[in-house]
Amino acid sequence: MNKLTLKRPNGRVLTVGIPYLWLLLFFALPFLIVLKISLSSMAIAIPPYESILNFTDDVLQISLNLSNYLLLLEDSLYVQAYLHSLQIAFFSTLGCLLLGYPMAYAMAKAPPRKQTILLLLIMLPSWTSFLIRVYAWMGLLSDTGLINNFLLWLGVIDSPLRIMNTDIAVYIGIIYAYLPFMVLPLYANLVKLDRSLLEASADLGSRSLHTFWTITLPLSKGGIIAGSMLVFIPTVGEFVIPELLGGPNSLMIGKILWQEFFNNRDWPVASALAIVMLALLIIPISLFHRYQSRAMEADR
Amino acid sequence: MKQRDSIPVKLRSRQRQTSFSSVMLWIGLAFLYVPMLILVIYSFNASKLVTVWGGFSAKWYAELLHNQQILDAVGTSLAIAFNSACMSVILGTMAAFVMARFRHSWSKMTLSNMITAPLVMPDVIIGLSLLLLFVHMADFLGWPMERGMTTVWIAHSTFSSAYVAVVVSSRLREVDRSIEEAALDLGATPLQSFFLVTVPVIAPSLAAGWLLAFSLSLDDLVIASFTSGPGSTTLPMVVFSSVRLGVSPQINALATLIILSVSLVAFAAWFLARRSERKQKMMMEG
Repeated sequence: MNKLTLKRPNGRVLTVGIPYLWLLLFFALPFLIVLKISLSSMAIAIPPYESILNFTDDVLQISLNLSNYLLLLEDSLYVQAYLHSLQIAFFSTLGCLLLGYPMAYAMAKAPPRKQTILLLLIMLPSWTSFLIRVYAWMGLLSDTGLINNFLLWLGVIDSPLRIMNTDIAVYIGIIYAYLPFMVLPLYANLVKLDRSLLEASADLGSRSLHTFWTITLPLSKGGIIAGSMLVFIPTVGEFVIPELLGGPNSLMIGKILWQEFFNNRDWPVASALAIVMLALLIIPISLFHRYQSRAMEADR
Repeated sequence: MKQRDSIPVKLRSRQRQTSFSSVMLWIGLAFLYVPMLILVIYSFNASKLVTVWGGFSAKWYAELLHNQQILDAVGTSLAIAFNSACMSVILGTMAAFVMARFRHSWSKMTLSNMITAPLVMPDVIIGLSLLLLFVHMADFLGWPMERGMTTVWIAHSTFSSAYVAVVVSSRLREVDRSIEEAALDLGATPLQSFFLVTVPVIAPSLAAGWLLAFSLSLDDLVIASFTSGPGSTTLPMVVFSSVRLGVSPQINALATLIILSVSLVAFAAWFLARRSERKQKMMMEG
């Protein structure tokens, strides 16, 4: 028995332990620190906040400053930014789903040889630079951009449409940038669909739309959830797209957080913004987790 | 979708359905590729005004190659991307192995929760939280004194390993475990069985995971902005500060080079994978 306990840590423990410790240190612990900073007050110092723990004359003082959270509630700017982010994320997820579902469906139905190349074509844009792909729309959407020039040339419009710096530009940018993340899980799900079910349903006289609603759609629920969460959650905190395409009036919470942190150097308020964002996202994130860890573990 | 309902003949309606979804597929692909294509075309525009075509020219490429700021940033970005890709393959593969092979336990559950969280976590939250961690570590441990390439490397390794874990674990689930078990039965240590049996089988997914982590790190703006220091400006940071001011022809040229190199690597990988697949098939049949 003694020999067993003295043995050097076995491979099993190390295999769990190394990634575990890394993630604990660099992923879980940081959230606690964000929570801590969100309860401290801002100071003109480096780093720009006051410690919430104060140890003087044998007295440990813990001062939790809730004013950052109260500020978020009182200033309608923040509330609006949260609501607006959720709204933009919701409708762009819907847009991605409506465009991405038929795409994934067509891919899953294509002959296997064609499927690999289609898959490559869908994934390729997401491997190039995200920033560059958002930037591409700047040249297309601006008042003197290609789309406006083209429409003016056609004579459809007399004066340039204002698309750049509006919510429409943000929607276009998000749907464009996140479309592959919607298509991939949907495709992975639809391609595994048991064809014999569809055939049985057709043989029993079901029309194809009916088959789609009663069999294909319910069976692809997992793919729909995974794809929607992969789009919705990061979009709520999106910074690059509203910054480049949205203009000054498109309030999104990621952008506000960035400004509080980098422009105002108000780390406590930025932290409070992050904590509230996390609280809003906790349900979608756990929904995604349930699906993802089920997909990642062995089917036993 | 409504029209399909009104067609009575089963066969015809099924045909309509495929054609609707494949039309959507082509529209979607055009939507994905046309903006990039236009960017590539306009990178050869001689005019400085980005919206006016002033004839063919490659001068922006020449200017780009003399832009020392961009060249330095490319170097920094490539170094960070290479190192974080290696680290995240190690971490991600270990996590994937736990996920696909270990029995259900509390530690496995929390690990799988932590590893998949970065997949969806908004960048600003990851960036902010890691920056605050580094500030605290500097306070308590005296390290890192200055944020720089190491801190960006840690940040990128952390979130990329999530993607590697997903890619590798999906491959691990397909691997025939009887070969691993045979190796163990024949007296191989678990480590030997992993490196001699499992790794060669999952090598393509390790390569895919490495490339994915590499491209994620090269691409990241937000997390790098939070965690980098004065001497470690990455390429997306330089591009972002230039793009913020408006469309620039040099960035068009840079974009073209990025799109071109990614496409080349992707198609080369696809070609190699297809060839080895064919070889395998031929060996199996022959």
